[in-house]
Amino acid sequence: MRRKVIFSGTALPYALLAPQLAITVVFFFWPAAEAVWYSFLRQDAFGISTQFVGLENFEDLFADPLYLQVVRNTLVFSLAVTALAMAVALLLAVLADRHIRGRETYRTLLIWPYAVAPAVAAVLYIFLFHPNIGLLGRALNGMGIAWDYRLNGDQAMLVVVLAAAWKQVSYNFLFFLAGLQSIPKSVLEAAAIDGARPVRRFWTVVFPLLSPTTFFLLVINLTYAFFDTFGIIDALTKGGPANATQTLIYRAYIDGRVNLDLGSSSAQSVALMVAVMALTLVQFRFIERKVHY
Amino acid sequence: MPQALPAIAAPDAAASEARRARADWLTHAILLLGVALFALPIWLVLVGSTHDAATIGRGDVPLLPGAEGPANYAAVWTQGDTRRAQVAVSTMMFNSAVMALLITLGKIAISIVSAYAVAFFSFPGRMLCFWAIFITLMLPVEVRIFPTFQVVSDLGLVNTYTGLILPLIASATATLLFRQFFLTIPDELVEAAKMDGAGPMRFFKDVVLPLSTTNIAALFVILFVYGWNQYLWPLLITTSAEVETIVIGIVKMIGAEADTEWNRVMATTVLALLPPVAVVILMQRWFVKGLVETEK
Repeated sequence: MRRKVIFSGTALPYALLAPQLAITVVFFFWPAAEAVWYSFLRQDAFGISTQFVGLENFEDLFADPLYLQVVRNTLVFSLAVTALAMAVALLLAVLADRHIRGRETYRTLLIWPYAVAPAVAAVLYIFLFHPNIGLLGRALNGMGIAWDYRLNGDQAMLVVVLAAAWKQVSYNFLFFLAGLQSIPKSVLEAAAIDGARPVRRFWTVVFPLLSPTTFFLLVINLTYAFFDTFGIIDALTKGGPANATQTLIYRAYIDGRVNLDLGSSSAQSVALMVAVMALTLVQFRFIERKVHY
Repeated sequence: MPQALPAIAAPDAAASEARRARADWLTHAILLLGVALFALPIWLVLVGSTHDAATIGRGDVPLLPGAEGPANYAAVWTQGDTRRAQVAVSTMMFNSAVMALLITLGKIAISIVSAYAVAFFSFPGRMLCFWAIFITLMLPVEVRIFPTFQVVSDLGLVNTYTGLILPLIASATATLLFRQFFLTIPDELVEAAKMDGAGPMRFFKDVVLPLSTTNIAALFVILFVYGWNQYLWPLLITTSAEVETIVIGIVKMIGAEADTEWNRVMATTVLALLPPVAVVILMQRWFVKGLVETEK
């Protein structure tokens, strides 16, 4: 935790820390504190008078059926993205970990989607699923399936889930691959000597040994689906149709920037902060301590 | 493994060999399918960007390249799309590059010096500073959208590079990574430097910085991708064309869809993808190492 040998002086370290701390205070702590403060206030429709309303913004928020629908959307979306992105990544990582020709090439060809912006991934998915100009969208309509993610809420959810998972697979793939490569070969050989077939060997030996990686990725993927998918939703569906793909972040953006509802947007920010803190705590407590194999 | 266990494996060596060959074949098949699924949308935009607007607008999804490629790319590069205010894609690319590079270099510079202060000095409030930085992990810009916009607008930084970049430049992740790495620098090295009369800044410049190059390269890839791909923050903070980034530009180009020039959107998409994908592929070695170590 601490070095034994250090330099003396106090002015220099403060000077070195100053830029980081200044930005942290001005752009992180100050706005966060403001969000908490605004969440207790309410402005009238013309922004003339402001009054303190205690927890009313939160009460209104959690009594609002639309907000509850948004919470439900976010949960469905996040769980689907996480499950899909992790399952596909695990399969690919297990295969790429086998001693076959061209493993390095496969790795290169599987990691690049990490570099694609969420909003750009969404644009790519328009060209796949658009009912008029998309390859698969047209094919589906040609087969007599009424496909239009701009009108059908379930289809919209499916497309945003696919786009979000597509982008996240490469990240998971790299971590699963690193996890697999750190499993001692002796353990695998022992299982092979015991005569366990590959599939059984995977579920009884390899998968349990991967549990730290799996749990780590679970939290990271949920965090990603919660917070980093704004661009995907904005570019593909704008939260529609009929709010079917509106997530918590998207709602906070609409209320804050479009509807200019200061109190509600701030209350939503505070609710989101609580969610991030919970996820971060889980990451640091549960994962570091409990998942020891 | 079969080679290591000849006695046990011998009886059904042929059967196990055949099984292995079958498994290898299946492995290649599934991996190739995965690669193809990843590449399919890219192929579609790449091909689409070489056709004229009418072909794509009609819905004849082309699967092979056409002849309009050079014309499309030249058109978007110099004038963007014809429908809106016409921001040239070259301007958007420039803005994205400025944003990505300044965020990357700024984050690395700010966090390496603060990690150095926390790791190599002892001063009142050291742990407080460390926790203040650490806690920003829990406050991503997405959860404080409106109040942060308010602060930036109060400072008069809307529609400026400063407003675009400065709020994103603090990095708890990079600071933690550098601190972690600095703690592994042996005490003997510091002692030797002190005995030679080298001050802390000299030690930083001559020892710490050269030792950190791998970490800096790894962070460069991760942060460049992060910077280039920003969406929500530029959407809030830029309303004028001069500071529009390419990721924002593409989505604006699509607009209401009715009269979207899809071939131009596709060409712009290819251009938007190129820089971050190139950085990840060319710097793959550092990227993989950095990613796995930063997060763990």
